[in-house]
Amino acid sequence: MKWAARLVGALLLGFVRLLTGAQARWHGCPPKAEQRIYFANHQSHADLVLIWAALPTELRAITRPIAAKDYWTASRLKRWITTEVFNAVYVERERKGDEDPLAPLIEALDKGDSLILFPEGTRGHAEDPQPFKSGLYNLARRFPEVVLVPAWIHNVQRVMPKGEVVPVPVLCSVTFGAPLALGPDEDRTAFLARAREAVMALREV
Amino acid sequence: MVSFLRHLTPSEQVSLLFVLVFGLLALASAAHLLVTLRDGDADEALSRRRQDERLLLRHSWAMAIVFWCAWVWGAGMAVVLFGLVSFFVLREFISASPTRRADHRSLVLAFFVVLPAQFALVWTRQADLFTVFIPVYVFIALPVVSALRDDPQRFLERSAKLQWGIMVCVYGLSHVPALWLLDFRGWTGQNEFLVFFLVAVVQTCMLVQHVASRGEVPSVAPAISRSFHWRGLALGLLAGAFVGALLSGLTPFKPLPAVAMALVACAAGSLGHLVMKAIKRDRGITHWGLEGRSVTGAGGLLDRVDALCFAAPVFFHSVRWNFG
Repeated sequence: MKWAARLVGALLLGFVRLLTGAQARWHGCPPKAEQRIYFANHQSHADLVLIWAALPTELRAITRPIAAKDYWTASRLKRWITTEVFNAVYVERERKGDEDPLAPLIEALDKGDSLILFPEGTRGHAEDPQPFKSGLYNLARRFPEVVLVPAWIHNVQRVMPKGEVVPVPVLCSVTFGAPLALGPDEDRTAFLARAREAVMALREV
Repeated sequence: MVSFLRHLTPSEQVSLLFVLVFGLLALASAAHLLVTLRDGDADEALSRRRQDERLLLRHSWAMAIVFWCAWVWGAGMAVVLFGLVSFFVLREFISASPTRRADHRSLVLAFFVVLPAQFALVWTRQADLFTVFIPVYVFIALPVVSALRDDPQRFLERSAKLQWGIMVCVYGLSHVPALWLLDFRGWTGQNEFLVFFLVAVVQTCMLVQHVASRGEVPSVAPAISRSFHWRGLALGLLAGAFVGALLSGLTPFKPLPAVAMALVACAAGSLGHLVMKAIKRDRGITHWGLEGRSVTGAGGLLDRVDALCFAAPVFFHSVRWNFG
């Protein structure tokens, strides 16, 4: 099935580029094959596809998006695409029992993969992103050597607003900013606010 | 060998050429595959070189296939090509025009039904339906779809934006391949040359106007374009008319009517370009594309073809009434 995944990946990439251009703009750092966590604003399920498409081929192979388990495993096709094509890491949006929701992410980072994270947790509909959840902070504390890259995804909500099925062609871009480092004794709220500011600052560049 | 080639018809010669090109490409690809297999665990420099070669081969295949399609389809390929350009410029236009969620289905309709249908009408040579499809039927259909979504906010503005985008990007551009639909009594030339004539005169006019605008002459509408003035326009029109006269041998027109047609196309093109500039100023952008977010610094596609979008329909109908 490997070739099927590669074929679908190539087709999907062509389709996303035809619809949106999926342009990557590297503003604060170059595209580089080091272990990274990209964190971005979240307005649509298509965010995941767009940021995946915007990364250059070499980085796409080592970068795994985080996918909401309930949505992306709802049908067999969605599950197949997220596992085989995107190589996604599934997370539960709602905490079940006393399982650590970050466990799958920690496992992936231990293996040396890069991650794409949406720290708002759910899709926002306002101009500004919602407050960030603490997962990003916990991962940054635990993996201090992993580079944290903020990203702003521009325009995706116009491609496929909530409740619509057919996407509309609108130009979209992903802006990657300068890496952020967690201070040695920086506290959770301060860091999360700073991370959110870093993402929002990329809207205007 | 040479006499054998001479005995072939032109179309057989072209076929032979394609057989040769594709044969060479197949050989090159096979050779590349064998070399890659022989390399085994190659070092980084070598594998990078192989990757470059692979990309080069892939692009060569793609280009050869495009040329082959163009040859097989003839005018059909022009329809597909201008259809694609139309898709890309409409995408740029819509990206720069804010729409609301209630417009989503009208947008889907515009991109995936109206646009292909308009070009399909050119393909199937339905000249009459082609001229009224967008201004009459789509004009009513799209606002209805938006209205059914029950969102009155800035309704006229939103509908007007979409209708304008379709008129300029789809209706206007579709008149370029539509030049194939025109029949001229007693003319045996190729309609391809009409397309060439239109593009050549309009682009010459725009180029001359652009160069002439570098002087110190004050603009007629400085808030919209700092470079638009009557002298530049006149020089552009003169140059367009001159090229039109030179190319009249390729067209069904005699030199004087050719000059007149060139003038009509150039005037529509340059003034249309000014109108598109006004839209850009209103949106606060300098060129189409990602609101000035382009990485390469290149402007949008619509910046290049906007003059053609306005010139083509005017040219098409002027020619149709006067010579058809």
